[in-house]
Amino acid sequence: MAIAVAVIVLAVGSVLFFFLSPWYLTPLASNWGTIDDTITITLWVTGAVFLAVNLFLAYVVVRYRFNKRRRSQYDPENKSLELWLTGVTTLGIAGLLAPGLLVWGAFVSPPEDAHQVEVVGQQWHWSFRFPGEDGRFGAAHNRFIDERNPFGMVDDPAGQDDILITSPHLMLPVDRPVKMVLRSKDVLHNVKVANFRAKMDMVPGQTSYFWFTPTVVGEYEIVCAQLCGIAHFAMRGRIEVVEQEVFDAWLGEQPTFAELAQLAPGNPAAGAGLYVTCAACHGAEGQGNQALNAPKLAGLDAWYLERQLGLFRSGARGSHEDDIYGQQMRPFATLLADRQAIADVSAFIETLPDQPAQARLVGGDPERGARRYRTCANCHGQQGEGIRATNGPRLAGLPDWYLERQLQNFRHGVRGRHRDDPYGNQMIEMAQVLVDDRAVQDVVAYITTLPQPRVDMAAVNPGGVEE
Amino acid sequence: MTVTLVFLAVMMALFGGWLFSHSINVRPWEAQGASTQRSQLPPAMTAPRVGLAVFLAVATSLFALTISAYLMRQEMGHDWRPLAVPGLLWWNSACLVLGSVALQSAWQAARRDNAARLRRGLLVGGGFTIAFILGQALAWWQLQARGIYLAANPANAFFFLLTALHVLHLLGGLFAWSRSLFRLQRGATPREMLPSVELCALYWHFLLLVWGILFVLLLTT
Amino acid sequence: MAEPGHHGVPHAQAGEFDNAELVHPKSFIGKYVWSQDAKVIAIQYGLTAIAIGLVALVLSILMRLQLGFPNTFALIDPSSYLQYVTMHGMIMVVYLLTALFLGAFGNYLIPLMCGARDMAFPYLNMLSYWFYLAAVLILVASFFVPGGATGAGWTLYPPQAISPGTPGIDGGILLMLASLGVFIAGFTMGGLNYVVTVLQARTRGMTLMRLPLTIWGIFMATVMALLAFPALLVAILMMLCDMLLGTSFFMPEMLNLGEQSTHAGGSPLLYQHLFWFFGHPEVYIVALPAFGIVSDILATHARKNIFGYRMMVWAIIIIGVLSFVVWAHHMFISGMNPYFGFLFATTTLIIAVPTAIKVYNWVLTLWRGNIRMTVPMLFAIGFIFTFVNGGLSGLFLGNVTVDVPLADTYFVVGHFHMVMAVAPVLVVFGAMYHWYPKITGRMLDDTLGKIHFWVTFLGTYAIFYPMHFMGFAGVPRRYYGYGETAYIPDSIQTLNAFMSVAAIIVALVQLVFFYNLIRSYFRGREAGPNPWQATTLEWQTEHTPPRHGNFGAELPVVYRWAYDYGVPGAKHDFIPQNMPPDEVEKVDPMSQEAAQGRLPT
Repeated sequence: MAIAVAVIVLAVGSVLFFFLSPWYLTPLASNWGTIDDTITITLWVTGAVFLAVNLFLAYVVVRYRFNKRRRSQYDPENKSLELWLTGVTTLGIAGLLAPGLLVWGAFVSPPEDAHQVEVVGQQWHWSFRFPGEDGRFGAAHNRFIDERNPFGMVDDPAGQDDILITSPHLMLPVDRPVKMVLRSKDVLHNVKVANFRAKMDMVPGQTSYFWFTPTVVGEYEIVCAQLCGIAHFAMRGRIEVVEQEVFDAWLGEQPTFAELAQLAPGNPAAGAGLYVTCAACHGAEGQGNQALNAPKLAGLDAWYLERQLGLFRSGARGSHEDDIYGQQMRPFATLLADRQAIADVSAFIETLPDQPAQARLVGGDPERGARRYRTCANCHGQQGEGIRATNGPRLAGLPDWYLERQLQNFRHGVRGRHRDDPYGNQMIEMAQVLVDDRAVQDVVAYITTLPQPRVDMAAVNPGGVEE
Repeated sequence: MTVTLVFLAVMMALFGGWLFSHSINVRPWEAQGASTQRSQLPPAMTAPRVGLAVFLAVATSLFALTISAYLMRQEMGHDWRPLAVPGLLWWNSACLVLGSVALQSAWQAARRDNAARLRRGLLVGGGFTIAFILGQALAWWQLQARGIYLAANPANAFFFLLTALHVLHLLGGLFAWSRSLFRLQRGATPREMLPSVELCALYWHFLLLVWGILFVLLLTT
Repeated sequence: MAEPGHHGVPHAQAGEFDNAELVHPKSFIGKYVWSQDAKVIAIQYGLTAIAIGLVALVLSILMRLQLGFPNTFALIDPSSYLQYVTMHGMIMVVYLLTALFLGAFGNYLIPLMCGARDMAFPYLNMLSYWFYLAAVLILVASFFVPGGATGAGWTLYPPQAISPGTPGIDGGILLMLASLGVFIAGFTMGGLNYVVTVLQARTRGMTLMRLPLTIWGIFMATVMALLAFPALLVAILMMLCDMLLGTSFFMPEMLNLGEQSTHAGGSPLLYQHLFWFFGHPEVYIVALPAFGIVSDILATHARKNIFGYRMMVWAIIIIGVLSFVVWAHHMFISGMNPYFGFLFATTTLIIAVPTAIKVYNWVLTLWRGNIRMTVPMLFAIGFIFTFVNGGLSGLFLGNVTVDVPLADTYFVVGHFHMVMAVAPVLVVFGAMYHWYPKITGRMLDDTLGKIHFWVTFLGTYAIFYPMHFMGFAGVPRRYYGYGETAYIPDSIQTLNAFMSVAAIIVALVQLVFFYNLIRSYFRGREAGPNPWQATTLEWQTEHTPPRHGNFGAELPVVYRWAYDYGVPGAKHDFIPQNMPPDEVEKVDPMSQEAAQGRLPT
């Protein structure tokens, strides 16, 4: 009896839960209302069957409960009933399948007038490419990817005007069908925006695609929907759907492959002059000054310095009210006039001699920290040497007080929350791995034990035994 | 996957047809007196024979899938450079055919209770099989020597994988063969040997067939 | 195989082997460790599977702790989370459910229900268990190698399974692949036994159409497993080559965290095809034995013949065959040729028809029955409810268009846990309550059983039903944390915490079950040979628990199908399969009405 009641309550409750719960499809923002329709059809059909079968089950359980004075009825088969049920089920299934196949037919055939965007997935970052004026993508291949050529562009005339967007922020014009051409630099990924409904895996070594028409102006979050390693959950991006004019203006500002190739590299000599301002706090050799809360700069890679200076200058870093020291840095960053100035000063800092930092903090346990650090190692390197491809800066050799402060800033969203700081966003997610202050101290204690590469390189003796 | 699906379709059609013949016109709920039939299968289908048949189905599935993977990889990748099959394989194939023939003769000898011919058949069959395996190893070595490495091209990798899988199956067979030989040395009569010799012979024929298919596949693609 | 004369009494001598051929060791070790008795092997399989299953259960609780209460437990970092996900999935699907249904229930029930003395090849059968144990130990060892177990997800997709950025790409994945290889070898030995025993060693009169559905389910699942596991074997061999020998079966040109890899030209999709060619049948390898067992539990405890037996058998066969042509529905959005979507959506939805028929027939078996609310019956009804839910949510995912937004969300997680975790596990529990009296000679405690059932049934529903809604909301799976994902409402976090609490309660209540298992072994009520008044052969053995060799001096002869419950005109409401028609006690004319099956008014 109780089981019959339970079956009734659960069956009816499940259906009510569907109607009453706040959790359902995200607001639709693309042309794929038809996908939602197929979901609705399926929900109605399956809901009806679910109720019918379970309520009948409950009825049977009550009606034919055990009775000593009764025997069950012996009926091995009932051909007409079985055929009838099979027939109805088949019809129901066909009713579900037919609309599904129709919509799939539309899903696999992008319209002729769709414009194209290439989405490139990598561990754990998105970037994008537009075909440029000629409307054709230049050839690209994973073999050709290196630090200077992150898209793996092959020397192809069609690729010269391709517009490359390295940050995971994309704009799309509203009401224009777009074909997303997908490829991956390393493992499988899947570009998903819940509101667009459509998604597809990206597979290294081949391209795949899907298409949709964004219909609602707004901002949408990209998440990765195919397990791609440790930071799968932190592989985020953003698509802004805007009016055509806004899109055109934005696209016009983005550099083409040819333009990027022509950018002058940072000039250390020019940077030396600019660095004079920095030296007041960060020291003449970039050795840092804890008393002034100025971290060590020597030993950091130019690409990282460039990015951070850019963030300070634009206000994406150092504008949070609790980031006191970041706020102090901002005015100095704005002194750098343009991109070239930032590149120059970064290039200069990269040339500064790296001195080992002294450990100042006590209390962290490097052994426990080593276990914490295995998460960090995926982007920042096993030795904390920094990995350009994963956008993880060097950690080894940074002063511990600075590391601790920044980790706490990330944990509490004081740094990295700005919408134009995608790697900071990512680092906020990753910093949650450090569940308390002790975890932060431990991992910092471990990082201070990591070898400091450039110094080591000078110190290595030729016959050095590797441990 | 077409290859595998065809294989499975054949398997399932056979099985389904057999089952159909047992279930059509049967009214399972009707009780009947004891049947006179002693076992459920014809007497010729002894447990070891049925077991071997099932195992061969499993092995066929394994080879069919590997061949499917071979054909799919050929189609999916763009880096397939066909491999010049070493001429030595023709000699190896001949060895395997002779091994199979010898084991067939051993089987007949066991049926006719001819101990001397049984022993000869077993020894010759095993000898040719070992020759085949050594020949395959030599072919691998030749390829390596010619600079055709496993990792260089998927065609090479598949050549090594397919031949290795086949040789592994033969080695399993040789294990059973050596046990039979051992029992024969210990004085088992040909009649007692019959079940195991017949299984060996059937298994060898199967592996010969598989090798034939693999060889043709390697030659034609 | 000579038939000894027994003065013309009809008795069966099934197949090739005879009592004399069974190995009867005297020592404890020979009887219970290196045993060739299928029943002992079954228990060995069962205990090992449960032990490793408990490990996987603990892993699932750790995952739930992280999801329900994120950033609270220092122990769980993203690497370990992915390792829990992977190992939980792999253990539950392969090492627990496959081993339990085929290795444990298959070994115990096939010889007994077919009326055989033992499996066809007892030595091979013993070897099968030891291979399985070795596979389990290798798997467990992978937790302890440097880098830990693999965290590539139970599907072990390359390239991530063997490229940096994923936990356990050194020892972990290697041991996982090795363990699977050993498992497949061991399973093939066991599977040969199950198939050959069913085909060849059935006792006299046990025609195919008289086999209990349990045997049909296990048999078909074994056939499928034998044909499908080679796909996994090929895939892992090729992955091992890619990993160790530098070939490029699956590995394309790619970067390893910024460094160019040495591979070129391989196809990750090829692996996915091979994997799911195994992986989809695997779903039914777990489901079909559950279908069979639940049919028998329903018939026995509802005192009613199974409804539409032939249809049930054919449904099992058709599901088995079709399950080989639906594999790519796991790959609708994998980047394969999208036109495959039409074909595989169609085959997938076709498979729903025989599955639905099975559900109808279960309910129609109860219909006009005389339902005893025993603990196994409770679990069987719980199974029907859960399976209907999980089966229907499969119609979403199998229909290619509907799959697009729902794939790789919690909808998938909810669906497959309903259909191939909770539903089969409810059957496993039901089956344990059902057959425990035969295995040990004692009944399990009813009250504890009911507590176990209610908490498990309601608790699992509370865990997995809400997951479907998280899926609708687009919450992706295999996420360590959801952080500040804009489109995911905060209320999802509350829901997650609720599900985690439910999961912990469900896990704890399993302790009641284990307590029941152990206590009843010593103190349970004596069961007698046939406590459920069942018809199948295992309840008709001379001894309870059955001894090595199962039956007495003579094998039983079968005269009827397994579902003679409530036969009109018979005195008792069940007739064992081995009762000759002329020995059936006829009904007392006084209670003619009852025998006709008419209800008292």
